[in-house]
Amino acid sequence: MLNISDILETINMIREEHLDIRTITMGISLLDCASDDMDKLCNRVYDKITSKAERLLAVGEEIEKQYGIPIINKRVSVTPISLIAAPCRQGSYARIAGALDRAAAETGVNFIGGYSALVHKGMTDSDRALIDSIPEALSITQRVCSSVNVATTKAGINMDAVILMGSIIRQTAELTAENDSVGCAKLVVFANAPEDNPFMAGAFHGIGEAECVINVGVSGPGVVSSAIARAGDCDLSELADIIKKTAFKITRVGQLVAYEASQKLGVPFGIVDLSLAPTPAVGDSVARILEEMGLEQCGCHGSTAALALLNDAVKKGGVMASSHVGGLSGAFIPVSEDAGMIAAAASGALSLEKLEAMTAVCSVGLDMIAIPGDTSAEVISAIIADEASIGVVNGKTTAVRLIPAVGKKEGDRVSFGGLLGEAPVMRVSTLSPAAFVKRGGRIPAPIHSLRN
Amino acid sequence: MKAVITVIGKDTVGIIAKVSACCARYGVNILDITQSVLQDYFAMVMLVDISDCNIDFSLFIDEMNKVGQEIGMDIRTMHEDIFNSMHRI
Repeated sequence: MLNISDILETINMIREEHLDIRTITMGISLLDCASDDMDKLCNRVYDKITSKAERLLAVGEEIEKQYGIPIINKRVSVTPISLIAAPCRQGSYARIAGALDRAAAETGVNFIGGYSALVHKGMTDSDRALIDSIPEALSITQRVCSSVNVATTKAGINMDAVILMGSIIRQTAELTAENDSVGCAKLVVFANAPEDNPFMAGAFHGIGEAECVINVGVSGPGVVSSAIARAGDCDLSELADIIKKTAFKITRVGQLVAYEASQKLGVPFGIVDLSLAPTPAVGDSVARILEEMGLEQCGCHGSTAALALLNDAVKKGGVMASSHVGGLSGAFIPVSEDAGMIAAAASGALSLEKLEAMTAVCSVGLDMIAIPGDTSAEVISAIIADEASIGVVNGKTTAVRLIPAVGKKEGDRVSFGGLLGEAPVMRVSTLSPAAFVKRGGRIPAPIHSLRN
Repeated sequence: MKAVITVIGKDTVGIIAKVSACCARYGVNILDITQSVLQDYFAMVMLVDISDCNIDFSLFIDEMNKVGQEIGMDIRTMHEDIFNSMHRI
């Protein structure tokens, strides 16, 4: 028999604490769409996505209603496009982005991820063609997300790709300048990118994945924050326990939704991603969790330790609640998408350097950070290299999603609206790393990558 | 199959009558009713059996939502599995 206090606890999490399922993401393999004819390729891509994901939105809404739990996003991730477009030698790959965008609009999903290339060790001609087309692709589409993996712990860091991405981010910012350079909000540069991540903008359907799969991303920073507030003055061991228990409950809902979606769609269940994903809404912030733990403001000394505790406890609590955990799984710290981070960045409490330190202990990386519009491509490349090093050396995923806001300087604001939020333009060191970055080549894999 | 109906808001006369009338109309059997207080609000929790519900469960949810609007209360009708999975190992 259900206990009334348990029932009311769940209701309260949904009513007051923003408990939701952040995303149901359907991963679709497009390997069978490859063609040397661009028209044929685009048609196959469109047809396959619209047929596989035809019922995704309806099923998502049905589950939402049946269990009374909001499911914020329904999304699609696909095989990295550089792989399926490889036989094609005609025109820009941006046409494929157009087909992805139309398929996303037709199925009603708000983002589609996989306009991607995996170049951690080297770049094929097709990878290069895809990367070169990213600025155009992101400027002519609404829903397409792009990612490039430039490093892994096994392969080291491909600095040639890092150099290229610095300039691709700049070009994307310029091509979407009239909308606060929003194209860059849909472009992620990864180290150790997971193949089953359901969260955008970095989702793609890896080549080790099945034909079609359902991955679910949970959320719930507000629930964790409230649980800590209720706990009052307890020590950090107790605090970790409280977070674990809360993460367990949140993840169980994710597992239930993933199972139901997989049954109703007749598609295998992939993973539940245990991430605490904030939104700009008040009470849905990871920064506020750290402040609830006792920091005056996120970004002050102690932030890295608090985040490490949070990230670890979320994983420990969540891992028993789901049969398969994957994706990014940890706490996200995107600046523009988190009310507490926005406030901390605006007041000067949170710097880019502190954020970088925090990314060493959480998923994912330097995320949704607006930087001055005149930041050079070399500086952006150097930021990517720093972040990739943290990922490669620590054997974890890291990522960079920076928005060089064209025409704006430190202290100005950019606003993307919706889940992408808004952010103050943060200070970036203007000292030049150009000579280092331009050396190119590869930073070798760390010694502990040799584990055999 | 069971569902949990929660009614949250300011306590008024006839809440149980209206909610149970809606259940009866659609063949939903009430198994248990409990009352409590949730953050200063009146909260009624009803466990119901929806196996013999004579309309689709999602339509029944719509009907319950209408009752909620009529009486000015927040009514949520949710499949019991969300509570079971969250609170039981």
